[in-house]
Parts: sequence; C-alpha cells; structure tokens
Amino acid sequence: MPEKPKVAFYWCASCGGCEEAVVDLGDAILDVVAAVDIVFWPVALDFKRKDVEALPDASIAISFVNGAVRTSEQLEMSHLLRRKSQLLVALGSCSHLGGVPGLANLFGRDSILEEVYSLSPATINPEHRMPAARYGDNGNTVELPELHQSVHSLNQVVDVDYYIPGCPPTPKMFQAALQTLMSGQLPPRGTVLAPDHALCDECPRKDSKPQDLTIAEFKRPQQLLIDEQKCLLAQGLLCMGPATRAGCEALCIHGNMPCTGCHGPTSRVKDQGAKILSSLAILVEAREEPEIIKMQASIPDPVGTFYRYSLPASLLRKRRFAEAPPAR
Amino acid sequence: MLNRPPAAKESAGPQFEPRIVAFFCNWCTYLAADLAGTSRMKYAPNVRVVRLMCSGRVDPQFVLDAFAHGADGVFIGGCHPGDCHYQEGNYKTLKRYALLKRLLKDMGIEEERFRLEWISAAEADRVRATINDMVEKVRALGPLALDAQAAEQPSVAQEVMA
Repeated sequence: MPEKPKVAFYWCASCGGCEEAVVDLGDAILDVVAAVDIVFWPVALDFKRKDVEALPDASIAISFVNGAVRTSEQLEMSHLLRRKSQLLVALGSCSHLGGVPGLANLFGRDSILEEVYSLSPATINPEHRMPAARYGDNGNTVELPELHQSVHSLNQVVDVDYYIPGCPPTPKMFQAALQTLMSGQLPPRGTVLAPDHALCDECPRKDSKPQDLTIAEFKRPQQLLIDEQKCLLAQGLLCMGPATRAGCEALCIHGNMPCTGCHGPTSRVKDQGAKILSSLAILVEAREEPEIIKMQASIPDPVGTFYRYSLPASLLRKRRFAEAPPAR
Repeated sequence: MLNRPPAAKESAGPQFEPRIVAFFCNWCTYLAADLAGTSRMKYAPNVRVVRLMCSGRVDPQFVLDAFAHGADGVFIGGCHPGDCHYQEGNYKTLKRYALLKRLLKDMGIEEERFRLEWISAAEADRVRATINDMVEKVRALGPLALDAQAAEQPSVAQEVMA
C-alpha cells in the first residue's frame, strides 16, 4: 500500500475557530483521514514538537497553520513547519493577514502587558510582576515563550504557498482547498484559495443597492431595525462587502449582519482598509468640510473597523509611537 | 525607496531634509507648479511631484504606500471646489482626505504630514508658499522613517529581545 501524504495542523495566536472549521467538516473528515496521514495536530492528537523535529525535511505534504505570529514559540514553530513541509498553507484570517489579534499592533507589547498585568481593574499586582521568558526558583529554571513587540501574519516570517481566508474559513471552502491541493494541479504559488471578486458580487441583496448611494449617517446594527431584504450599506450600516473577497457565501449577510471583512482584499488590492475608506468616505452627501467631518464621526473607530482582520498585513502595519507608548 | 535630498550646505550639522510626495492635479496645481518654475520662483527642493489627471485619482493606498516607503509627508493639490475638470473629483478627494487624516492620526502619524490644498493654475505663489510651509513643519517633526520599520520586519527574532 502506498504511503499516504502527511498533513500537519498547527495553531499560533488564534482562538481555535479555524480548528473548528476543520472539525466542522463532520462526516467528511473521515474521507480526509482516509486520504491523508495526520502527523501533527496539537488540538486533537497527541503528537509533540519533537515528533515533528524527527521527521525528514520536506516530508510533510501540507501544513495548515492558523493564527498570527506574536510569540517566540510561534515563530519557531512556523520555521520548523516550513522546513518540514512541501506546502505551507495559511489557514484563516489571522495567519493570512494578522487577524483580530493583529489589532494589538495599535498598542505595542509593553502597554499591553502593563494594562493586563497591572492597570486593569480586576488585577491586583502590588509587586508589579510581569511575565518573564525565564524564571528561576530554588535552582530550577522555567521558560515561557516571549511576546513579540508586534503581531505578524504568517507570510511576514516565513514563505507561504497558499492562503485560505476567513474567520473562520467555511468548512466547504476548506474542503475545496484541500481537494485542490491534493489534486496535484496546483494554482500559482501565493494564491488565495477563494473567489477573486468582491463580496457584493455574490451578495443576495445586490439588486437593492442603489446606483448613486449616499448616506446621511452611519449606524451601528443595534441602532435600527434592519430590513432583511435591502442592501445593508443603503440602510446606513457599515458593510465591508465592497472591499472584501467573496467565498463565504455571504454568511453574515444571511444572518442580517453587515460584512466585517474577514476574507481580506481581492488580489488587485494591497490594503483593504484604504480601499473601504475610499469607497465609504465618498458616500457622504455633504460638501463642506465641517459637515463631512461631522458625518464621518458616525464611524466610531476607523482603524478597528477597516482593518479588523488585516492590520499587520496593511501598508502601515502598526501604529507608530513617536515616543514611548502612552500608559493608559 | 526615495533618495533623500542632500543636506543643506550652509547648516553646521547634517540637517534633516524631509521627503515629501506631492500628488498634483493635471489641470490646476501641476500647472501652477509649472508656472512657478517658468516664473523662476524658488521653493524647497524636498517635494517629488506625481502628476495625476485629477486629485480624485489619489487612491488612499497611494498615500499609505508613500508613507510606508519613506515619505515624511504627503501633499495633495487639487482644483478649487466647483472647478473640477470632472465635476466631482475634488469633492471626493476632500471626503477621502477627511477620513484618511483621522485614520492616520489613529496610526500615530501627525496631522502636519498630510495636507490637501486647492491651488488653481494661476496660483504659482501659493505652490511656493505651501511647499515651503509644509517642508518647515515636517522638518520640525523629524523623520517618519516607516521604511526603516518595514525593513526590520523579517528579523522578527530580534524583536524578542527586550
């Protein structure tokens, strides 16, 4: 019997939702298990790092890595899996673009540690103890992974062959991607394994989007009774659909909620946030600067909204601190 | 990467020379800059002008890309409201500019580094004055140096060092 191709799964800075996307294959996961040999999957199987280290280089056919890279351990595992794998696939928004953890790039490591271990109201830490990479006690030393200054997408630390977008990717999309990768008929390296057009294109409410759309004020979902048929942008909701890659089958729209942009941009766009800013800014009807500013103030958090999943992969990558980050 | 202009000779030490990327509309500010040239007006040599058919062509990505690749400031010059060759282009620019400015502020980039001015084809002196003013303001702020930050990215391992 010929040897089955080896597959590995790993998670870096993530919530576990991408693992869920794999498990959500349901019965179909049995076909996957029948076709491949899973050699590493910390969330589900008891293999250790040393088992991966013992494998010959490039012996794993495909490694799926989800999660952003923000600790020394995640960086090492990314390099290790890159070396051991023929194909390295970034699974989900965090490894694709930095994801929600990437919003930490608005603060920097030190102010995050300060907030979590000292300032937060639920913390009592009079000795001001901070996590350290090494800790010695009675001659014993324990080590912890160190937190990086900023969060990176997977392709900022190692070469990545393919991307499966989404927060999390739909099981259907994961399955289709897996089939493509196993077929041997590989698309060009660097391809995002999802359709290359904007979500609006496959939106069930596409026809209700007015030709000349203007918005008097952006509203948040809790501020209005949302019409279930009408274009969400036309209702004043901030929908990322125009600047977001399709492929999710408009799941959020079907749930009557606006798109938050988890699939990232299409291949023709470098910076998803800049593109949605460009298209939303001009929907303002006003023509005088004070009125424009007033209307745009109804977008409470431009960076957090436009770059919810893509800040580390954006052109600016992280907030700049002229001096030390201010303590909050 | 943009080359830095040579440091001014008269100053004692090497003075910081800001690099400013300017996007000028073909129908107004670009002609005004041309007029400034033919009128032999002098202005600070720190600006690299990119001619576009309309200030409305300035994709916010251009601005972010300029900053990310080492620009210390970005300057957009367009037609006065009501004068756009394409009717609406400069209004779109104004709307994008207002929101982009807010976003840049949230990303830690000072307001003075990003500027929009309406300058008609006849206002050569305004090109001179605006550029000189912006160069001085950006010079006072110091380098933005986001290109250096991007170059550091691959050596993530170094970041671990506290």
